[in-house]
Amino acid sequence: MIRVQRETFDVGAEIASLCAGDTAAGGVCVFLGRVREFAHGAALQAMTLEHYPGMTERQLEALDAEAQRRWLLEKTLIIHRYGRLLPGEAIVLVVTAAAHREAAFDACRFLIDCLKTTAPFWKAEETAAGSRWVDARAADDAAALSWQDGAAAGGS
Amino acid sequence: MLTILYFASVKEKAGCGEETVRLPAAVTDVMGLVAWLRQRGGGPAAALTDLAAVRVAVNQEYARLDHPLTGDEEVAFFPPVTGGAP
Repeated sequence: MIRVQRETFDVGAEIASLCAGDTAAGGVCVFLGRVREFAHGAALQAMTLEHYPGMTERQLEALDAEAQRRWLLEKTLIIHRYGRLLPGEAIVLVVTAAAHREAAFDACRFLIDCLKTTAPFWKAEETAAGSRWVDARAADDAAALSWQDGAAAGGS
Repeated sequence: MLTILYFASVKEKAGCGEETVRLPAAVTDVMGLVAWLRQRGGGPAAALTDLAAVRVAVNQEYARLDHPLTGDEEVAFFPPVTGGAP
């Protein structure tokens, strides 16, 4: 399941809702991405996420389907926010639930690594010096690429 | 009619987020559209000067420059994406 929304979310409530009535999932893995307080050495005042409505949902659905194809998963949830966020606020939530922890861990990492390089979101950082668009990182491309050709684990 | 969308830094350079154009008959793919927009000038031409920093989607799927166009698609130009978390 995927959701793209402006408002924040309650991690505990999301997990409880996702797993309600499910007694097959023995392992639940959660990744929560948050806004950091520093951007290139300067104090971050806020971060604004722009996205491409429609394509964002399609890309996240495709990634979700790919994860379900690669691993035996009971439940998956991706929530990604957009709009203006303050330091400490949640940006993205990935939850994967499986019978065993290996599939839950691997699928969770796959989803966060790959959504960073495929889902059409763009961050603009506000500091005292003004607002600037965040550049894509080569390390993120490498992390996503490591999942191609059925690789078992991501990261560099 | 063809819908062209611009996002993030590409939108700022283009000076608009969306425009609708009638595709000239000579334009048959994304590269042809880029060449036509460059020739037309203005913000979009400036935004599409350096294609190394631009990604393309046709009908909300990533596409290459040789992706064919018939004139009723939704084409989006945007910088490499930066969603997710650290």
